[in-house]
Amino acid sequence: MTTPELELGLDTFGYITVDESGQPLPPDVVIRNYVEEAVLADSVGIDSFNIGEHYRPDFMDSAAHVMLAAIAGRTKRIRLGTAVTVLSTQDPVRVYTNFATLDAVSNGRAQLVVGRGSLTESFPLFGFDLADYEELFEEKLDLLTRLLRDQPVTWSGKFRSPLVNQYVTPALPKGHLPTWVGVGGSPQSVVRAARYGLPLMLAVIGGPPGRFAPLVELYKRALDAYGHKPLPIGMHSHGYVARTDEEAVAIQWPYWEETFEQAARERGWASPTMARFQAERASGSLYIGSPETVATKIASMMRLLGLSRFDLAYATGRVPHKQRLATIELYGREVIPRVRELLADHRVPPISSSYASAGVAAQPHA
Amino acid sequence: MPSGESGDRRLGIVGAGRVGTTIARAAIEAGYDVAISGSGAADRIALIVEVLAPGARPLSTDEVVRHADLIVLAVPMHRFRELPRDLFAGKILIDAMNYWEEIDGVDPELASAPAGTSVVVQQRFQSARVVKSLNHITYYKFDEGRLPHGAPGRIAMAAIGDDRAAVAAVMQLIDRLGFDAVDAGPLDAGLALEPNGPVFGVSYSADELSALFSPAASSA
Repeated sequence: MTTPELELGLDTFGYITVDESGQPLPPDVVIRNYVEEAVLADSVGIDSFNIGEHYRPDFMDSAAHVMLAAIAGRTKRIRLGTAVTVLSTQDPVRVYTNFATLDAVSNGRAQLVVGRGSLTESFPLFGFDLADYEELFEEKLDLLTRLLRDQPVTWSGKFRSPLVNQYVTPALPKGHLPTWVGVGGSPQSVVRAARYGLPLMLAVIGGPPGRFAPLVELYKRALDAYGHKPLPIGMHSHGYVARTDEEAVAIQWPYWEETFEQAARERGWASPTMARFQAERASGSLYIGSPETVATKIASMMRLLGLSRFDLAYATGRVPHKQRLATIELYGREVIPRVRELLADHRVPPISSSYASAGVAAQPHA
Repeated sequence: MPSGESGDRRLGIVGAGRVGTTIARAAIEAGYDVAISGSGAADRIALIVEVLAPGARPLSTDEVVRHADLIVLAVPMHRFRELPRDLFAGKILIDAMNYWEEIDGVDPELASAPAGTSVVVQQRFQSARVVKSLNHITYYKFDEGRLPHGAPGRIAMAAIGDDRAAVAAVMQLIDRLGFDAVDAGPLDAGLALEPNGPVFGVSYSADELSALFSPAASSA
């Protein structure tokens, strides 16, 4: 029996963090700290490091590919990706050039999760209309998948100039730049991922993960209906690992509270409470506790939903760099080996099957 | 059946996203004959409905409206104006939509609606009997919080509307779906049920929810 091929990664949104006296750090220091965190992640055996895309004063992840390139130069093994790229407001040609180049400098370690995004500040920033939310994503996903799979590309759409028999460089070797579709729970988005034959990444930030089982079933049925083979499914959720459950709660709670208090104000949600925090830990979507607590929960959810990939959005909010490093170390050295042990008999589509549909023919040299 | 209760268990749902399919699932379980539509042709949502709300019938929006007297409107808020003004003539129209600037973009009319967005919906569909409801608890509470009538710990859901018979019909639906129904007044009290209002996203009992709408609470 072979070990199942799983991916256990980390996601970050580049939160502005505080120093030990509670003062926010300058953005450039914050960004360099995330590079250091990714370097540590590589050295402790974490499979991937994935950076979000936001344009907000509290998030420093506005140019993930630049940070990922810096990380690529200092690491050997870890995969480098996004969580998520807001494809709706980017030019797919530019996404392709950035990440195909990242793939080259990292020796084949680049990957993408593309989505519509849950925060939509990029629409006014780049001059797009939120009313076109659906259409924009559909059109841009169509162009991106063609660039990834089928160059030269002849294409026309509503939101950018047409391409005629166009090669875009650099060409990707066969099987490179696996691209996942990130979804938050919309059934239409799940069906779209299946239609394009792309692996599915579920963003699950609250409530019992089991409620996503019907969407997993929908994805499998839709893949089959569109004539695609089974593809891997992943999940992104928030968490924090410390030596003990008590320590993990003590470190994460104040930052989780202030982060979700702000979200509550901005988005009309109910204010966070310790009771809800503990309920999310016990049976919801927070992976907070000792290595054993977190590993057991990750493994049981991967089993429940048939997942091939789990990304821990580690250390929510302004948690200081030092405590981020501590959680990365425990996740890599203790949680991941334990998850693999618990899932030794887990039968799911291997991560490598997400590569199968990627890669394009090189442009013939003149 | 107590007097005034309706034996009609037909429900139409316009919108086959996460909210529409969640309500469909609950209604099927409660014994309703459910028809549901998405944007465009019925076959575009056939698989979604088969997997997420088995037993519901995917139809066109026109067919869904013909199917029942009780219609749930669960499309993204920025798209409700794409529906014809007279589409819901004479129907009880449950407005389950919420306006989210993050999702819907800046819509001056909705953002500044002084008495809530359902008043805007009623102005759009003047011949419909609009009731604001089913919008203020999360869709997973909707899935997991349903309990039989009289069960301890049952979550309450508000119905708000100017047509009292329509409100009564929606309250009966709420009860059958598995929640305690609270009549929370006329349509222009709707702001309380919306994002940033006191009710939104919180699971209250019927007593707690009623207290929020009592004369004492509103004069406080």
